Amino acid sequence: MIRIVDYGVGNIQAFMTMFKRLGIPAERAKRTEDLQGSTRLILPGVGAFDHAMQLLNDSGLRPSLERMVLEQRVPVVGVCVGMQMLAAGSDEGVLPGLNWVPGRVRAFATTAQSSHLPMPHMGWNQLQVRRQTGLFGQGFEDTPQFYFLHSYYFDAEDKAHVAATAHYGFDFDAVVSRGHIHGIQCHPEKSHHWGAQLLKNYSEV
Amino acid sequence: MLRPRIIPCLLVHQGGLVKTKGFKVPKYVGDPINAVKIFNEKESDELMVLDIDASVDGTPPNYDLISKMAQECRMPLSYGGGVTSAEQAARIIDMGVEKVCISSAAISNPQLLQEISTAIGCQSVVAVLDVRKRSGLLAKGYEVCTHNARKSVKVDPVELAVQLQEVGAGEIVFNSVDHDGEMKGYDLGFARQVRTALKVPITFLGGAGSLEDIGRLVSEVGVVGAAAGSLFVFKGKYRAVLINYPTFTQKEQLCRTALSLYSNPSTEKSYVL
Repeated sequence: MIRIVDYGVGNIQAFMTMFKRLGIPAERAKRTEDLQGSTRLILPGVGAFDHAMQLLNDSGLRPSLERMVLEQRVPVVGVCVGMQMLAAGSDEGVLPGLNWVPGRVRAFATTAQSSHLPMPHMGWNQLQVRRQTGLFGQGFEDTPQFYFLHSYYFDAEDKAHVAATAHYGFDFDAVVSRGHIHGIQCHPEKSHHWGAQLLKNYSEV
Repeated sequence: MLRPRIIPCLLVHQGGLVKTKGFKVPKYVGDPINAVKIFNEKESDELMVLDIDASVDGTPPNYDLISKMAQECRMPLSYGGGVTSAEQAARIIDMGVEKVCISSAAISNPQLLQEISTAIGCQSVVAVLDVRKRSGLLAKGYEVCTHNARKSVKVDPVELAVQLQEVGAGEIVFNSVDHDGEMKGYDLGFARQVRTALKVPITFLGGAGSLEDIGRLVSEVGVVGAAAGSLFVFKGKYRAVLINYPTFTQKEQLCRTALSLYSNPSTEKSYVL
């Protein structure tokens, strides 16, 4: 069963709608007990980095999540701020991140190549697949389009973890994969057939 | 590369969808949920839904309808109408809506927009400004209005937009009262004035009558949001109701042509699909 981690932030409903349409069983997990028997996890997130980290820390879910992801190697995908939470930390806040994928979250506004562009980076952009991971197994032969809405981006320490980039003034790390741990800056739950395909692939990896 | 956003804008009035002209004479065009389903199939870039009764009647947002639409909607959804507090905005976001539009409440109290932005993040806050040309013998420039253009605020829309951006709007929508429902093109003169004044993404609404009109807007101001009501709900000169939206290939072609005109201003501006 795919479980969407509900720690109080993020568009859980959109994932539920998408999985229902795909005919893939998915549930929201609000308490530790709800996480039992998960075969795959989705960590959503919107808003400010510290706000999301604080809510996750306070939710009581974090120890179970860390056990499942780091020891039992249950696949997880962080989406939007959920991806940023995989990093060691963010320029947007002071709280440490989960540090599951080495890297740091930085502001477009402080990056020379993108500081002149409208912020947030909002709208449909093309993903450049850099590495074939389970997420891009099928249906990504052409140039996939995804919906983005963010002002900060994940800067992976080890570029071998970068699965796809997108261009906004420069090529930033839009999808990272470190083994069974994935992060997606854009919103597959709101990206029409491309997003549906990505979530379907994830359910099958 | 980031593409311009082509956004159908749906107006809700007495529970149904309508389309207005000059913010008046609402014409019934269909059922909101059904329209969302059609735009899902057409894979539209985003969807904007504005309840044109709520602020005028002073009623709270219709949560039941918002929730139903959000559950159905497979593209980013913006909702506006009757939002007057951070709690209301947060409740709407929790239902699965990406962005909340604030208009009259933020215009009379920019502090409110700051509170909402703190609660849901600026990326989810859209300020909608209804804009019209000043009338009167010696009047120049534009003014902002509220309550379906029944009240005017004597303030310059660009100045107000900059102020709202500073307090936490993540996007500004400029909705032209004069061009609403006319289907004769966007107010390009106004769009040009606004283009360089703001750091946040901007969207223009009002006047699009064809895909070429969207192309013209993009060729003048670059990567922006191009929203339209009539264009995506009417067909033909008799305004028969038929929900429509360009295909991915049409959008790609339109944006590519328009953006190349934008980056090469010396070339011929006549826009052909």
